[in-house]
Formats: sequence, C-alpha cells, structure tokens
Amino acid sequence: MGEFEVHRVRFFSYVPAGVRCLAYHRRADRLALARTDGAVEVYNFAANYFQEKAIPGHEARSVEALCWAAGDRLFGAGLGGHVSEYDLERLRVKRSADGFGGPIWSMAANAGGTQLAIGCEDGSVKLFRVVPDGVQFERSLERQQGRILCLSWHPSETHIAAGSLDLLHVFDVSSGRTVQRIMVNYHVQKLKKRECVVWSIGFLSSGTVVSSDSFGRVQFWDWERGTLLESHTVSNSAVLSLAVSEKEDSIVVGTSAGATYQFQLLPVKMGSQDKHWVRTKPFQHHTHDVRAVAHSPTALISGGLDAQLVIRPLMEKMQKKGYEAALRKFTFPHRRLVSCARKARLLLFQFSQHLELWRLGSTNETGKDGEVLPVCRVPEHLVQLKSKGPEHIYCSCVSPCGSWIAYSTASRFHLYRVQYEGDSISIKKVTNVPKLLLPAYQLQCSADSSSLFVASDRGSVHMLQLLEPGGCKHLHTLRPPSGTLEAVYLLASSADGNWLAAASGDWEIHIYNLKRFKHHCTVPTYSCAVTALAIHPVTNNLVIAYSDQQLFEFGIPEKQYTAWSRTVQNCGLHKAWLERDSPITHIAFNPKKPSHILLHDVYMFCVLDKSLPLPDDSASLMNQSTLKQLPETARKRQLHAFKICKKFQPLLFADLLDENCLVMVERPLMDIKTQLPPPIQQKKFGT
Amino acid sequence: MVAPAALRVVRCGGSNLHGARAVFSADARYLLCTSGDFVKMYSVATEETVCMMQGHADPVTGIQLNPQNHLQLYSSSLDGTIKLWDFTDGILIKTFIVGYKLLALYALASYEDSVFAIIPKSGERDSFQLVSVKLTKTAGQEMEAKELSVILDGVDESPKCTAFGREGEYVASVKEVNLQVYFFKRKQMNRFSLSTTNTKGGNNRFTCVACHPKEDCIATGHGDGKIRLWRNFYHNKEYTFSTLHWHHDIVMDLAFSVEGTSLLSGGVESVLVQWHNGSDCKKDFLPRLGSAIEYISISSDGTSYCTSHTDNRITIINSNLRFSKSIQGLIKGRDVKTGLVVDPRTKALVLNGEPGHLQFYCLQSDKQLYSLDIVQQEYIHQAGLNQVDLVKVAFSAQGKWLATVEEREAADLELQLKLWVYDEETQSFKLNTRINMPHEDRITAMCFRDTDELEEDSPMLVTAGKDCVFKVWVIVEDTDPEAQQSVSWSCDFVGSYHNYQATNCCFSEDGSLLAVSFEETVTVWDSLTWDLKCTFCHPPGKIRNICFGRLTCSKYLIGATDHGFLCCWNLLSCALEWSAQLNVLVLQPDPLSEHIAAVSWLSKDSSLFVFKPNEPRPICIRRNLCKEKIQFAAFVPRDIPETIGSEKYLWLRRSQLYFLTNTQELMTFSTKSPEERLTPSSKQLAVEESLPMTPFSLLLGKHRHQQSQEDVDLGKVVVHNHYNQDSPAVKELLYTPAHVLPSASFLCPIFINSLLTSKENKSAEEVADEVEMESEEAEDDSAEEKDVTEMEQDLRPLEFLGETTCKLSKSQERELRKIRKMDYSWISSF
Repeated sequence: MGEFEVHRVRFFSYVPAGVRCLAYHRRADRLALARTDGAVEVYNFAANYFQEKAIPGHEARSVEALCWAAGDRLFGAGLGGHVSEYDLERLRVKRSADGFGGPIWSMAANAGGTQLAIGCEDGSVKLFRVVPDGVQFERSLERQQGRILCLSWHPSETHIAAGSLDLLHVFDVSSGRTVQRIMVNYHVQKLKKRECVVWSIGFLSSGTVVSSDSFGRVQFWDWERGTLLESHTVSNSAVLSLAVSEKEDSIVVGTSAGATYQFQLLPVKMGSQDKHWVRTKPFQHHTHDVRAVAHSPTALISGGLDAQLVIRPLMEKMQKKGYEAALRKFTFPHRRLVSCARKARLLLFQFSQHLELWRLGSTNETGKDGEVLPVCRVPEHLVQLKSKGPEHIYCSCVSPCGSWIAYSTASRFHLYRVQYEGDSISIKKVTNVPKLLLPAYQLQCSADSSSLFVASDRGSVHMLQLLEPGGCKHLHTLRPPSGTLEAVYLLASSADGNWLAAASGDWEIHIYNLKRFKHHCTVPTYSCAVTALAIHPVTNNLVIAYSDQQLFEFGIPEKQYTAWSRTVQNCGLHKAWLERDSPITHIAFNPKKPSHILLHDVYMFCVLDKSLPLPDDSASLMNQSTLKQLPETARKRQLHAFKICKKFQPLLFADLLDENCLVMVERPLMDIKTQLPPPIQQKKFGT
Repeated sequence: MVAPAALRVVRCGGSNLHGARAVFSADARYLLCTSGDFVKMYSVATEETVCMMQGHADPVTGIQLNPQNHLQLYSSSLDGTIKLWDFTDGILIKTFIVGYKLLALYALASYEDSVFAIIPKSGERDSFQLVSVKLTKTAGQEMEAKELSVILDGVDESPKCTAFGREGEYVASVKEVNLQVYFFKRKQMNRFSLSTTNTKGGNNRFTCVACHPKEDCIATGHGDGKIRLWRNFYHNKEYTFSTLHWHHDIVMDLAFSVEGTSLLSGGVESVLVQWHNGSDCKKDFLPRLGSAIEYISISSDGTSYCTSHTDNRITIINSNLRFSKSIQGLIKGRDVKTGLVVDPRTKALVLNGEPGHLQFYCLQSDKQLYSLDIVQQEYIHQAGLNQVDLVKVAFSAQGKWLATVEEREAADLELQLKLWVYDEETQSFKLNTRINMPHEDRITAMCFRDTDELEEDSPMLVTAGKDCVFKVWVIVEDTDPEAQQSVSWSCDFVGSYHNYQATNCCFSEDGSLLAVSFEETVTVWDSLTWDLKCTFCHPPGKIRNICFGRLTCSKYLIGATDHGFLCCWNLLSCALEWSAQLNVLVLQPDPLSEHIAAVSWLSKDSSLFVFKPNEPRPICIRRNLCKEKIQFAAFVPRDIPETIGSEKYLWLRRSQLYFLTNTQELMTFSTKSPEERLTPSSKQLAVEESLPMTPFSLLLGKHRHQQSQEDVDLGKVVVHNHYNQDSPAVKELLYTPAHVLPSASFLCPIFINSLLTSKENKSAEEVADEVEMESEEAEDDSAEEKDVTEMEQDLRPLEFLGETTCKLSKSQERELRKIRKMDYSWISSF
C-alpha cells in the first residue's frame, strides 16, 4: 500500500440535519426525504440506494410533508403555508401555491395522485387538484378546532381521516362534512390531564383508522361506529410516525425514544379468517425521535432527528439472505462537502449556510507506521464566509492554489479572491461575475487554477476564466449535443487542461475538449448512477465509479474503455467490494505512481493498484493486516489490486496532497451525537 | 402379625418438590406435585398434605390430569411406567408398562387413548424423542403399553422444552437454538433457528416453551432473559416474533393464562412477571419469592397460580398476583454443616436451611415447621462473597436452650456463639447471649449437659476448639438490674491437655463425666470439680468420634479413630474392653436405648453396624447401605414404639435412624414391605375430613342434626339411624371405588344385613372383620350360598334337636349366630 503521512482532520464540525419526513414512491422505487433544514433528497433504491438528487434547504421553507403525486411529481408543504412542487431535474422549487390556512402540518395525496389534501394550523383541510402546471385550490372541507396534524385518504378516495389534538375526524370528501369525531384520550385517567396529540394516522381500506399518539399508543378504530378495535401501548413516549404497507398487512411506527416497531396483521388461528394486529419486531436504530417512517414492499424505512436514514429489509420478503437483506444506515450525503487546495494545503468545508477555510497543520518529524506525530504548527481556521440570505449553499470549491473560492446558492454565485501575505489573509469578492443560469450544481477549478467550471442545468457546463488580480470572464458554455433536461452534478477536469468530463442526472457522461471547446465523446451509458469521476493526470483516462460499486476506466483520446477496465468487467470485482454499502464519493491519483487509483467511501480508503492481479472471491479483500505478518516472499503471492484501509471512519473526504501525504477528513458519529439535543431518558438495566 | 421383613433403605421425604410442574385439580382445591418417587396431593386451602400416592420405584417425572376424567391423574416415572391414579382416594387404578425411562408426560384432551412422553432414543446417548404412547383400555391392573410412535426426534429432555398447542393442533419443541413445530393434521414440520449469540452478546439458547391456549402463538424463553412470542409459524418464511425482555438471566419457565390474555414468566430473579396481551409495556410483578422459580402452573379455572422453587418450595399465588400460601419441603442447601440434630421439643430434624437460617423439618409431614434466622444479616447473592455460615447447633435435653455457632471466613476468622432460649409465649427461640470469638480458632464440637431429672440444675455447655482448649459455659444470674434478662451465659472453666487440639466432647448420660478428645487422646473429666479423671488412647489414630454408652451400658466409652479402629473403654476399670477394625464415619448413640449405630465407609459403599457397647458383636450389620458417603445420622424417637417382629431389628423399636448422604439425600430404614407402605385406607377418610364446610353441608348437617334430635324425642328409629351412619360395612360399600367392589349380588345380603338392627351393639371393628371374612369365603365358593339357604331351612328342626349343634360346620355356626342376632321385630308390623 505504501506509507503515507496522513493529516487526520477532525475539525470539520458538520452536523447533518434531522430527517423530518419521508415519502416512498413505489413505482419509481425512490424515496423522497425532507430534512429539518428544508433540504429535500431523493434516494434511488434501484441504484443501490444512491442519493440521486439533493435540493439544498431554505431558511424560510421548512418541509412538514412530502408526497408523490401525478406520476413522478414531488410535492412538499411546510410551516410556510405553501404547497410547492419540486423540480427534480433542476433541483429547486418549481412552483408554490399558498394554502391560505396558516402553517401546513400535513399533506396527503389520494390514491390516484390527482388530489392533495393539506391540514392547516387553523383546523381546515383543503383539497388541491394537481394540474400540469402545479396545484390548484379546489375546496375546503368543514373546518375544525385545532390544527390538523396528520391526514390520510381512504384508498377509495371517498373519505379522509385527520388527526388533531385529542380528536380524530373523518371527512366525507364529496360533501366536505365531518362524518365522525372520535375522542382518543377517552381511556386515559383524568388525573394526568394532558393533551393527547395524534401524531400520525392511517386509513385502511377495511374502514379501520390507525392512529398513533403522544401517549405511546397505536390504536385501531372502526371509523363508522367510532369504536376502538385494538389498542397497543408501544412506548412510554410519543409515537410520532406511522406508515402502512401497500398490502395493508403491516404497519411501521416510530417513537420518540428512537425505536421503531412493526405491526403485522396475523391470523389468530391457522387457516381462519379472523385476523388481528400484533406488534412483532422492535428495532432500535435511532437515538432520537423517529419523525418519519415509510413502508416499502420489502423494507421498513425510518428517519430520525439524529439525521440517520435507516432501511431495514424485511427478512421474510427477501428471496435470500445476504447483501439484499442487510441493514443500511445513511448519515452523510453522497456528495462532496470538502474541497482541497493541494498546493496551498488548504481545506474548504461547506456548511449549509457558511464556508470555512482551514490551513492544515504540519510537522517536521518522521516516524514509523502507525505512530502519531506531534504537530509543530496546529491547523488554522483562516476564513469563515457566511452566505447571505435564507438560501443554503448548493456547492463550493477552492482552487488548487488556494487563492480562489467560489460558491453558489439557489439564486446567486459568489467568487472570492483570497490573498495570503505572511500570516495575514485578505479576502476580496469578485464583483462582476457573469450572469449565469443558476443555481450551479458543481464547481471545479482547473489544475492550474486558471479557469473555473460551473455545472449548470440542461447538461451545460460554463467555463469561466479566472483573471488576476481579481476578476473573471465567461469563456464558453459547453452543451451536450443531444441535449438533456437534467443538470450536471459531477465534473472532472484533466491535469493538462485539455479535457473535461461532466455527468448529468440522466447518468450520461459527456467529455469535452477544452482546447477546442467542443464535445469530444460520450461514455457508453451504464444503467446506474455515477458517484465519482476523475481524469488521470498522466494517462488522461477517465475513472468512473458507479453506485453499484462498479469501476470503469475510459480512455478519453481513444474514446473507448481501457484494457484494464475490460479485464475488470470480464473478471468481475470481488464480492466483498460489491457488497459495500456506501458509494465511492471521491477519486484521486498519485502522479508518481500512475498505476495507483485512490478511492474512498464513508467506511474505507482504498489504493487500487492496476498493476497487481485482481482478487478472486476466495481471497480476502481486506488483507492488509494479514499481509503485514507474512514474510516477504509469501506476501508477494498474496498481493492483489485492492489495498484497503478502514482506520478512518466515517470518512467524508480523502485526497492526496503530494506523493506521500494524504489528508483524511473524518466526522465521528459520537461528535455529531454530542451536538444533538439530549435524547429521552431511558432506564438502562445495570446502570 | 408382622412377618419378619428385610430391612430396607428408603427415601423418607425431603425429596424435591420441583421435579415436575405441579398440577391443580380441576376444581383448584388440590395441588398435586411430585416428590421423589411419590405424588403428593396438597389442599390449596390449608397447605396440608391430603394424600400421598406411592407406587413408583423411581422418581416421578411428570403428572397430568386425565383429560377424560378430571378425578384421575397420570404419572410417569423413570422406572418406565405410567400410572393412572384416582387421586381423591389415592388409589392406583392402572399401571402401563412402557419399558423406557420416561422423562416427561403430556396428556391432551384431543387424544383419547394416548399420552405423549419423552423417552431416550435407543442406542444414542443424550438423545431424546417425543413419542405418543397408546394406552389400551382393557381390564386389569397392569398392562403393557408398547405401542409407541415417534413424533419428534432430537428433543430436549426437559419437560419445559416441549409444549402442545391449542387443541393439540401442533407441538412445539425447543433445543439449543432451534425451535421445531410439528402440525399433526398437516403432518408438517417447521424448523426455526436463531444464531447462538445475538448482536449484543446475549445467549439466544432456548430454555422453555409455552403455547397459547386459544391462538396460534408460541412463547419461548431464552438464556439471556428474553421471551419471544412466535406467530405465523406455519409459514417457513413469513413467520414473525416479538420480544419481551425483563429478565436479566435465564427464563426458567413460562405459562399462559387460561384464556391466553396474559403470560407468566419466572427466572432466577425470584420474581413472577405477568405480561398482558403480549405487550412489553404492560406487566405486573410479584417480587421476593425467595428463590429461583423452576416451574409455573396455572389452575384450569384460572384462580390460582403456583410456582415451584429451587429451594423445594411451592408457592400458591392468587390470580391477582397476591401471595397466598407456601408449601416448604426440606431445603437442600449446598452444604450441611450443622449435621442432623433432633429438636427434643418438636422431634423435628434441625439442619441448615436457607443461608443463615436453621430449618426445623417435620419428618412425619415432610414439611418445614419453621425457619429460624440465626445470622440475622441480609444475605447478598453474589458469587465469591464470604458469607456467614452456620456451623454448629446443639439443643439442651428438654429443648429449652439452643446453642449455635456461626463463622465467617475472612482474612481473620470471625466466630460467634449464640445461645437461644425457648420462649413459651411466642413459641420460638429468643436470643439470650451472644459471645464473640468464644475460641481463638474454629469450634470443633459442642454439647449440652443433659439434665433430665434435675430441672433445677443449671444447664451447662461445653465447646471444644482448635485453639487447644475446651470451654465450659454456665448460666449466671445477672446482677445488673437494668439488664432485660435475668440470666446470661458466661465461661466457667477452660481446660486443655498438652496443647493438643480439642476435637470432640461428650457428656455421660448422667452428666457427671465429660469426655473430651484431644487429637489421639480421650480425656475424662469430672463435671463437678473439673478434675482430669483418666485418659484413654489408641495410637496411632486420632480420635474421630466419641460417645458414652447409655442405660445399662453407661460404664462404657466408645471412640472411633481415623486409623480405622472402633474402641470401647470401660470407665470403671479404665481399660480397653474391646476394639474392632472399622473405618467409622458416623457414630450415633440412640438416646432411648443402649444401641449405638456406626456407619463405616469401605472403599465404595457405606455400611451400617448397630451394636451394644457391652458386647463386641454387632446386633445388626447392613452392608451396601448406599453408594454415597453418609455424612450425618440421627436417631429420631418414635411417638409410639413400633412392633417389630424380628429380634434383629429391635433397635428400631423406639427410635428411627435417619441419615443424610453427601448428595443431600435423606434416608431412613423401614421394616415394612413395599406393599404395606402402599394405600393405607385411612387416607380416604382424610380426604373427606379435610373438605371445607360449604353452606350446603352446613345446612344439611343442621337438618340431619335436627332430625336425629327429633328421633331421640320420638324414641323410634334412633338405633337404626345411628347404625346407618356408623356401620363400617356401609362405609366400606360407599367409599370403596366401584371398580374394586365385588359383585352387587354378593354385596346385597351384607348390605341388607347391616341395615337391620341387631339386638346387641357390636363394635365397628367386629362388623368390619366379619364382613371381610365373609367376602373371602364367598369368593372361594359361590355354591356355598345355596348351602346356607338350605341350612336355614334346616334350622327349625335343629332347635328341637338341641345338642347336635356341635356338629355344625364353622360357616353354619356363623350363619346361625348372625341370624340369632337379627331383629325380626319389623315382621310384627305386618
């Protein structure tokens, strides 16, 4: 593997925002997720749960509910009182319509996806019709006292159940009248006269209404008679979320103690029609409130305020045990939040509303493998750039020389010139930036820091020339010949400044010749999302990592896959490699060792040596520790291409500064936990 | 009358009450449980033993009510038989010989003619199978039940690991980490397995299983304290389970309530947990049950629960989780240090019980009388903790004083001698004197001076210690007026001999002499002046036991050495009378006779020798007593001297010898044959008498009483009425189970006869005797009945003949006598 001097960076104090709501789209096999900061993400389950789209948040635009309607259109509603539709191609809000009912707490789409019902602060339930250009107010149902916290349509679209404080309502959609009112706190002793908040509700086709409330109960009601069918006390704390499977034989609930439970409709006796709901499996994957749950046909999905998205496949729905049935947890975005100025040894950290520029520490001592070297100059926080306005940052970048910083929000693009004079630092905003079509989805500086590439929508990439002492000029806009609606989300430029590769949301990778500002070729389409791109500085081969963990090497001048890439495809990658959970988020190269490719995901760092044979499934993929113990001759025989290091976890960023110096940016989960509010106190046995 | 029978070693109660799940009778008035080879029936209301069913030759492993007849009970035993009992009468109805060791028994209502049992798999060790045993319905007491069909292979031997589901639809069995469910109708087998340890390192091993009585739900207990509720288990894939977790260690047993709405679980925490509706959030507890719960059972009407504990106790609990009753057997501690001591007052056996307690165990009723807290400190359950141990106990002759020694092995030894006085008011012992460190080192022996006749003579206690001294303790009047007690104990004399360790001490019967052994030497001291009278020794062996002879042999001192010699010294001549080579472990004199019992250990088994000190020849030798080493023995005086036919066993006449082996088995000797010990008829009456008074019976009894009063007033049929109730023949007829009665045609004349009022009032025994004899005869020859009738016709001429009666046969004579007794007055009414 070789020895590296590693900068182990732990000062990136990134705290992901908690998960607020989830919406699972069965047909597209995608999951939409909204975070507490208003960000919306879309995970593609077919593409190995890759975070395909990410729409950064907005200070004033919280999202309380998400739903898919009218095919693949995603709608959101929040405390801002607006119903908005998201543009998943250009990754921003397409249109908004005011609900005129104060903050919106809940939203649900009917089974056909033609209507949206919203529950408002003022106690009204309003119906919106989904029209081709957004939503249109249709009518309002009978207004109730108290905010409507949750809503659910009957699958036949005739009734809507709504949960409020202490009460459940059932509305007749055609008449708009309340046809049933159910008091949910009827069975609670009068002594603890607390409000019972119905946090979540489900309406089954059999006419059963399922409610989860702040007393920790999951209750099943017959809505026509208004009677309680079953009551299950799940927790001492509130049950915040509930989701019903499509077949209506399973329900998942999430509690504020961080636990999720599954309820299953099981026959009382073998072969009998008599069925009842049974609480079966408890899962404790979260430490904080589980604010959102979703039920896919094969998995229970939960998202909590601890920012984790957990996908727990149901064993009984899986064909075989193994990779498919493994539990998945996602905490960090599948995007790069850190950029590195290699020459200047600077790191730029991207937060939701500000940027931080740090200078790496240094040492003048050397040591043996595994030793921690004393730092003679501590890492230095140079600059904090606060973004103005309520919008969150889409992307950012620092040039390799460290003198340019660029970032973009939904409506603005900022470029800064940074000057270092000894220990002092001055930063100057470049004023006359060209008016570009915003937002920018990715920013990338060329290796010589002379130009900046701005990924934009419709597959286009703008090329800006950075001018000394502090200016810029729009050089050219590169567009794919075929044209696309999807935005570019990954960029890679070659070290010699000749080539630029751009991956767009439709998973196409276009290669442009920068000398002639011309489209060079398109990489053959592969049926999976691209997670990382990089062009080799020596050979000008484009290395592509896909979300199904496949690796390709594409020779740009030759316009074809390289021989090594074909070998990899023929032999296949190691099983353990393919069964990793998180996608490769960054690729780097060592110019001194052209056969090496440096890759990393959240849980590992890998040096891929193309000169060595590929491992077969019988060999151990992670063999670094065993190799160390072997004698030199035996070690030769055991060597294979993948040299994996798992010492640094969770790894947000890794890059090579020079030939034997690495920088690793870690963000330990414990550090995030300490930033979160304290969880609900629970008695642990033995403490 | 008693034929000379062989002396048999029998277990005498004290057996584990937690050998199998206890069973409530259908009306929940009785509790049936196994106790060693027996099945015992307790009354739930009074906790008294109502009846004991004896008949199995090996420990009973399972009992089940007969689902077809709730007054019958099946029991299975390691002796390979299933017995069917009528438990209200304690009568054995049938014995089915299976021929395999039976480890568990299950009886289901849906299977009329078969029961299920777990037997070892032939040819394989530690492999067991669940079989159904077909019980043929033919007449006869004993029958073979060889029709076995294997249901499940590779089941666990524990009865807790197999359970039958609702209406016998399926059977669930767990072993290690596997659960197998077999559906009888579909003939389908589903297997589920867990990984050996879960992610948190808990032990996933199954420990017990229970099935929901109404729904398809299986509850399993696990090694890490979890309870899993399995549902949908007819799908191999889509099965599901939920988890309940409260116990921190092994779940020992599970039981569903009758309707299945709640689940009971118990474990080593000694807490009974009631889970409602399979919910983790709603649960009730009954804590402080004393010791680990082994089995849980529920009465069929759901009113009572019962838990069997590892300390040989059964607790009966109301359905609202209130403690109701407890039945305590002999507590078998890890180590009995006090030996077997007999309480002179209650004749109870006294030994170590719960940690720090002294248990008083009644041998007759096989029950603990009470437990006396000696150490009076909270016992902390923790491994490796040095606990205070109760090591020595002694009673004064009348049981007025009790001396106890407790020690704690720490860095330096802690010793405490406590003297307890019996308080007549509270009927228990009260601490009188506590002496810290009575000796510098361990106390090896302790005895009171017996002061039988001289009650005014103050008692005296002698303790011998490893610190080379023996100390004499006497009562002193307390001079301090503020002291609560008037008397207390203090040391009176300290004796030693050449700085040898004192190992044993013993008073002579009249209390005039004290013998103390110092390693190899026995010293004899005058108890009045504390002068050393003489010494005996039998080198090179050290003295292991000493005792004085009793009654006519009180001039002898017996000693046993660890070098394998038993010596008898004459105190008058101060010479060795005789000695025998015998490796004596236990030397126990009978307090009521001259006999001394010595138990020896010869390489592999223990032998018993009973001798009188005045003759060197033993009276009784019993070799191969048992395979285990015998630790302690005790003579317990009998309430009534037993009539013993054989000269050889006369030593058992006045007291009974009990001994405790090192496996904590309490044994005794019985001269009765096994048959004699079975089904004493008196038990039937006990059932009736122990029944509680119902309002109906009160009413009826009152009515009857009134009627008899009226009868007295009228002076008419009083005799008849009286006779009707008391006649043993009628009783015999009414209370004997129908299947053992002779034919009705035969019984009729006897019954009629018994109803007729006789001229003279016979005692009950005579009638019974006569009836019995008659029935014997009738069985012999039915033709004789005709003869009798013929003879009746002949009677009148006989009267005229006068003297010829001597020629009559015996039977005729009796007939005649009966007729004479008959009252023909009723004829006059016609």
